[in-house]
Formats: sequence, structure tokens, C-alpha cells
Amino acid sequence: MTRRPLRPTREGYVEGLLEAGRLDERVVVIEGDVSRSIGSDSFLDSYPDRFFNLGASEQDMMGEAAGLALTGFIPFVATYGVFATGRAWDQIRTSICYMDLDVKIGGAHGGVSVGPDGATHQALEDIAIMRVLPNMTVLVPADASQTRAAVLAALRTPGPVYIRFGRNPVPQLYPDDSVVEPGKGNLLREGADILLVACGAMVAETLSAAEQLAGAGISASVIDMVSIKPLDRDLILNQAIGKRGVLTAEDHQVTGGLFGAVAGLLGREYPLPLGSVGVTDSFGTSGTPAEVMEKYGLTADNICRKAASVLGRRK
Amino acid sequence: MEGMSAEWQSISRLKTLNERQTMSKDAPDLGNVATQVRLDVLSMIKAAGSGHPGGSFSSVEILVELYWDVMRVRPEEPEWPERDRFVLSKGHACPALYAVLAARGYFESSELLTLRKFGSRLQGHPNMRSLPGLDASTGSLGHGLSIACGIAHGLRLGRLDSRVYCLLGDGELQEGSVWESAMSASHFGLDHLTAIVDRNLVQLDGRVTDVMEIEPLTEKWLSFGWDVVVCDGHSFPSLAKAFEHCSGSGLPSVIIADTIKGRGVSFMEGTFQWHGRCPDDDEYVRAVHELKRGLS
Repeated sequence: MTRRPLRPTREGYVEGLLEAGRLDERVVVIEGDVSRSIGSDSFLDSYPDRFFNLGASEQDMMGEAAGLALTGFIPFVATYGVFATGRAWDQIRTSICYMDLDVKIGGAHGGVSVGPDGATHQALEDIAIMRVLPNMTVLVPADASQTRAAVLAALRTPGPVYIRFGRNPVPQLYPDDSVVEPGKGNLLREGADILLVACGAMVAETLSAAEQLAGAGISASVIDMVSIKPLDRDLILNQAIGKRGVLTAEDHQVTGGLFGAVAGLLGREYPLPLGSVGVTDSFGTSGTPAEVMEKYGLTADNICRKAASVLGRRK
Repeated sequence: MEGMSAEWQSISRLKTLNERQTMSKDAPDLGNVATQVRLDVLSMIKAAGSGHPGGSFSSVEILVELYWDVMRVRPEEPEWPERDRFVLSKGHACPALYAVLAARGYFESSELLTLRKFGSRLQGHPNMRSLPGLDASTGSLGHGLSIACGIAHGLRLGRLDSRVYCLLGDGELQEGSVWESAMSASHFGLDHLTAIVDRNLVQLDGRVTDVMEIEPLTEKWLSFGWDVVVCDGHSFPSLAKAFEHCSGSGLPSVIIADTIKGRGVSFMEGTFQWHGRCPDDDEYVRAVHELKRGLS
């Protein structure tokens, strides 16, 4: 694959916030003492009245976001994904989703690709525990430009939205003006033998894998499933038809995340041999992003191996 | 109404359909209003077969004082943007709130007896999406004060001079999230926010002091930067004075209202057994007779 410039997705999140703040004066930003890490403190400079740092108190952040939404504002709440979703899950469930409020949640530091901070800070269950909530939309953008677009999509989408992004710089796959639409994935490559479905940091790895597979005579379709919920059912089924197998790739627990969503769909509607790349029932660990991703098999090489294994299975 | 004794059925029908609808809203005797609310709550819980009489009864005067004397609301226009807001953080006391809202005309009193039943707008814990007059859905303890803080921010940003009130249980103060929002409210100087603690001293499993001590409450709230008033939560003059005190001093204010769990029915008072229990037919009749003695 041609070398693409690298950028952290959180930069796209901040760009999206500034754009959203400019487009709609109902947009407010709520932070939990990590705004300098995420970069969203720049919103404070532009819109000081609409920026609230509530300190390290995730439960309160979500409840206050609900209250602001009840008075007609559109809060974007962000902190590290582990704490945003796990620490405050009951608030998100009952005080945000049950009332179907316009609260947009940014989960930073998604996946083991966070690297050196280690297991406590690597969100690996966030997609699963957000996806299971009624009324919640779940977006997992793959690069900075798509993250910016996901923020703007969240602004346009009624109800709660979770946007998961990463810390580590990832290749830029999309143009600056790319658009995200809930319920729509992107077909990045079309092939005949296997369907690869990826999200977030694994999209670039999956594209590299598809090139390697082509060299080995295996032709792969690649979907970037930026919208995990609602899932792009039609795109997946259209691409699955005629394939010999499907493989998902995510920087997240395999249980309940992208694999869970895709397996549920295909199991109901079009059963095919199915494989997964992701973290399997374990915590992360410290190391450079590359070292940690290698350990958990979140690499183009492992995607190729797993793809070959899926195709080797009898239907 | 199936499976209930004829005697209590007739009493509840009488209470909720006749007396309630003829009650004057102009200059009501708040004591009578409170007794009527308790009678409604009793009938609702009896009809539902479950619910929380203890914590509903302890909060009756607080709710009546708020909805008759303190809050700026328009029952005929529940979404009026300039209204004062109320968050029932102790969501299990919703039978009392529902009875108060019905008495203020947000919906028909006849609907009260659908509490907790399939298809009812009166959910077991408040669902603002189903019933007019509710400013938030609550039920999971420890959420309400955060929501109230967020509403207070929103009112301030929207340049509205409305106030927001939040009723918490004393057992609820064991939830850590309450203190996150307590910290936040004083940090941001939300002086248009008033919390009320229904200090009835009893929670589901027993006396608060035995289950998990939360005292000294006055010192706790003071140390979190709040203006604190302690009052008798069953006395309208005491409550009125407390609310008057909380009209904006740069600090958020909390009224610690001393109450009695199960207030109004002798055998329910002060005991954890009536936190979440429905009276049987005999208990129901006895309770109604006791409460009716208090009507003037």
C-alpha cells in the first residue's frame, strides 16, 4: 500500500467540535480533566461560555450533559473511552438513553493501540456496552478526517451518539471533506473471495492485508464499518453474497463489538464461514502501539492468516 | 381493579374521582391537600399491588409546598420554557409526585389508579417521555442532582431566570455520584439550584445510621460549599421559610427536611418494613381511616 501521512484521530475530533460549535450555538462541550490530552481545550478558547470542565467525575459529566440536553443544548462529552462508557454506564443508560437525549459522547484512547498507558486506559469493551443501549448510535471512525465527519454526523443525528477514536496516529484514508452517515459503511475495495469488515484503527491494516492477499491470489472486499450501530445491513449482505467467508477486524474485544454485530446479522440472514481479528477475552498491556498490536494480532499479517483460515474452512 | 376488596375499591374511587376533582385550587388548605395526596398514594399503591409508601409519605409536604407555593409552573402548558424545573432524584417516591401533578391539573386524577400497570403512563419510576409534567426520568439513585446541575447550566446559558429543585432521599446520599454533583454545583455557583434532602432516617434495609451512616449532613453540605437550611419537612410554615431562604446567595442551597418515613399512618411511621410494601386489605382500610381523620 502506498504510504499515507499519519494523524491521530483525536485531532479530527477537535476539528469536528470547533466546526460543530461554529455551525450550531446549542453545541456545548463537557470535559473531564483530559481536555488537554484530547485537545478539546481549544473549544474553550473559541467558545468560553459553552465549555465546562467538570473535573475527574465521569458520572456527574453524563448527568449534567443530560440536564443541558433537557434545556435544549447539544452537549459533546468526552473523556477516555474506558471511563466515559464504563464508569458512567448507568448514567448513560438511564439519564441519557432512556430519555433519548441529544448527548454526544466522545470516547478517546480506544483500543490497545493506546500503547504505553496499559490495560487500565485501553478501552476494549466500550463499543459493546454502548451498542447494547437502546436509542444509542455508535460510530467508530478510521482516521482524523472521518472522525471530524463523525462529530458533524452526531450533530445532525437526533438522540445519543457514541464516537470512539484513538490516540495513536493512523494513516489518513479519507479526504478532508469526507462525510459520515449513521447506518452507512464504506466499501473501500471490491473482491470475489472474502469479505473483510473493519473499523477504527484496523481499517488501514485491513486495506494493507487485502493488498497482501491479492498478491497471494485471494481477492477481498473491504468494508470500513464506521457505523457499528445502526449497522449497514445492506452493504454487508450485498458484499457477503457469493463470498466464501467473512472476517472482521477491530481493536476491541471480539465479544459484543464489530464481530458481534456482523456475526449476528450474518447468522440470521446469510450464514457464512466467519472469522475474527480482535482482542479475545483479555486485558491489554503496556508497550509501543506497534508492539501491543502485534501481541494481540491486530496486524495486516494476522488478518491475512485469519482470512486464509476462514477460506480453508468448509461451508 | 380485579382481585381487590369491594370496601377499599369504593373508598379509593370516592377519593380519587370525587373529592379530588371538587377540591378548590384557589386557596386550598395545604394540610388537606397533603392528606388527600396521601390518600391517593395509598389507593394507587393498593391498586398497583406494589410501590413505595414510606418514602412517598415522607415527601408529601415537600412536594405540596413546591407545587402550590414555591415553583413557577403552568400545568396547562407543561413545557413552558420559563417554568421552574423539578427533578425527583428519589424516583421511587413517584406515587406522591403523580398525585401532586394530577391535583395540579397536569393530567386527570382518574389516571392515578393505573400506576405501575401495563400500558400506563404512570410508570413504576418516572418516565418523562410518557407523562406530562415530569422534567426528567429518574429511578436509578444518585442521578438526579447531576441532571439538576445540567439544567441549571442550561437555564443560565439560555438566560432564563427559572430555578431548579431536586428532591433526594437521605439513603440516596450514599451514592458517590451525589457528591460529584454537589462539588460541581458550588464550583459553578449554581445559586438557582435548590436540593431538598428528605431526611426520613430509614432506607430499604433499615435505619440509615445502621446501614451506612451519612451524618453529619449539615457539615457535609457546608464543606461542599452549599448554603444549608434545616427544617421540619412536615410543617408548611417551616418549609416555606426554608424555601424563602434559598433565593440565591451565590451558592447552591440545600434544605435538609426532617421527615418521618411513612408519615400519616401510625403503623407505617418510622419503619423500614414500609419502604416498599403494599398494604393488605385490612391495613389499607385502617390507613384510610387514620388519614381521613386528618381532613378538615
